[in-house]
Amino acid sequence: MITDEIMEYVGILAKLELSPKEKEAAGKDMDSMLQYIDKLNELDTAGVEPMSHVFPVKNVFREDVVTNGDDRENILQNAPGEKDGMFVVPRTFD
Amino acid sequence: MEKQYETVIGLEVHVELATKTKIFCGCSTAFGGAPNTHTCPVCTGMPGSLPVLNKQVVEYALAVGIAANCEINKSCRFDRKNYFYPDNPQNYQISQLYFPICINGYVEIETPSGKKKVGIHEIHMEEDAGKLIHDEWEEVSLVDYNRSGVPLIEIVSEPDMRNADEVIAYLEKLRETIQYIGASDCKLQEGSMRADVNISVREEGAEEFGTRTEMKNLNSFKAITRAIEGERARQIALLEEGGEVIQETRRWDDAKECSYPMRSKEDAQDYRYFPEPDLAPVEIDDAWILRIKSSLPEFRDAKMERYRKEFVIPEYDISIITASKHMADLFEAAAAISGQPKKVSNWLMGETLRLLKEKEMDAEDIRFSPENLAELIGLVDEKVITTSVAKEVFEVMFENNVSPKVYVEEKGLKTVGDADALQKTVEEVIAANPQSVADYRNGKEKAIGFLVGQTMKAMQGKADPGMVNSLLKELLVK
Repeated sequence: MITDEIMEYVGILAKLELSPKEKEAAGKDMDSMLQYIDKLNELDTAGVEPMSHVFPVKNVFREDVVTNGDDRENILQNAPGEKDGMFVVPRTFD
Repeated sequence: MEKQYETVIGLEVHVELATKTKIFCGCSTAFGGAPNTHTCPVCTGMPGSLPVLNKQVVEYALAVGIAANCEINKSCRFDRKNYFYPDNPQNYQISQLYFPICINGYVEIETPSGKKKVGIHEIHMEEDAGKLIHDEWEEVSLVDYNRSGVPLIEIVSEPDMRNADEVIAYLEKLRETIQYIGASDCKLQEGSMRADVNISVREEGAEEFGTRTEMKNLNSFKAITRAIEGERARQIALLEEGGEVIQETRRWDDAKECSYPMRSKEDAQDYRYFPEPDLAPVEIDDAWILRIKSSLPEFRDAKMERYRKEFVIPEYDISIITASKHMADLFEAAAAISGQPKKVSNWLMGETLRLLKEKEMDAEDIRFSPENLAELIGLVDEKVITTSVAKEVFEVMFENNVSPKVYVEEKGLKTVGDADALQKTVEEVIAANPQSVADYRNGKEKAIGFLVGQTMKAMQGKADPGMVNSLLKELLVK
């Protein structure tokens, strides 16, 4: 059950500010998602290896060789703002 | 009676690995590039970009883990650690929580009461964050993602240390081991080795641990020592007043020698780890472990033991030389070529250490080759140059690894073997210094030293002092 406290906490973690109306709607959505997922708990999974990956692959590696050059100009196109070759973000403190 | 307190310390040590490229993309890890010139969609967290693991990162982590007597998780996985901060463009850090690569190890340290094992809880692989710069003129911060995605290993110890000395011994042991492997240069000042210190106090004899705090921003051994002592005192004072220690992260200000809490309570530390779906599992078989094991270098303790048997050099020299693998390699190679281990050691202990200190360099930064050092020793042995000229040549060789033979030839620094020229100079010196000559003849034997010095000076150091000495004696008794 998604309580108001949980909604509040999830909001803090996600850095989202929701109106009371939005909170209620989102809470309902999350509830129904959790109920849906809960079906999985009906399965007996004793002896089943936990799986974090759907493809039967392992040990996919790169060799330690530099393949990327200076692509700053393109990369900075993705920045919200640019100054002195850097991304500009709201002021942060340690 | 006053209560006695015991300090309990555990460490989280981050080490930047010496790979050429980042952990999940082919961007360079070279230090000092212009901002964001070593970035791509992967390490700036662009949607749709996919990470691919750098094999060398796994190899370095395995090597450190095996050297630290760890068990290897044969099936290891990556996980996402979720948090929002602009230095972390994906909004999660790829790290390892559930199946870290190495677990349950230990390293041995020396303490006043003998050897002690410090447990290693785990070693995991993860990526570094970008660098934030606070703009001086505007209310904004600027981000350079060159460091974003640089590979790290985090070595988590058990809470097995009891004072600052043990912490320093543990860190030195880790640093020495990792440097010997070549997995990192481990420089605290430059941030390629970073230590967070978890510290709590409890009454002597208590079973339970006290509440711990985590100290950050410690970038020298001295700062670590002061932070431990400062935090121990702060926690004891709190308890003595009847207060409680709060579990929190504190930032050490080494200039003010005090710490303050870093995060407010509202700032939830809930990382919601989950398995990283974009990276395939890493399966490590026995053959791989064996291959890494057999590629490990001879570590310092074993090397010291061997030096004691093989070379007739002082224990002090052995300890300095083996403190750096680079210096040890240099020593062994130069000793083998020259057949003069004691003389090689003398050059390392004397002129080399002096110049390193003067130029604020580390032993790892030594550039001259063992061949050239051996050549220089040969030149002195064969009396081609004098010791004072050799020191001058050494300084040039230290700077740019010139061949001493070539340099001596080019600069005409060979000792003057020409007996006539020497005789002429000695006669001139005798004529010019009647007082010293008289002193010597009146039994003041020390006066000859001044005359030798004057002759060497007149010969610009290029005379053999032994020859000068005997020639002077010969002429003075006449």
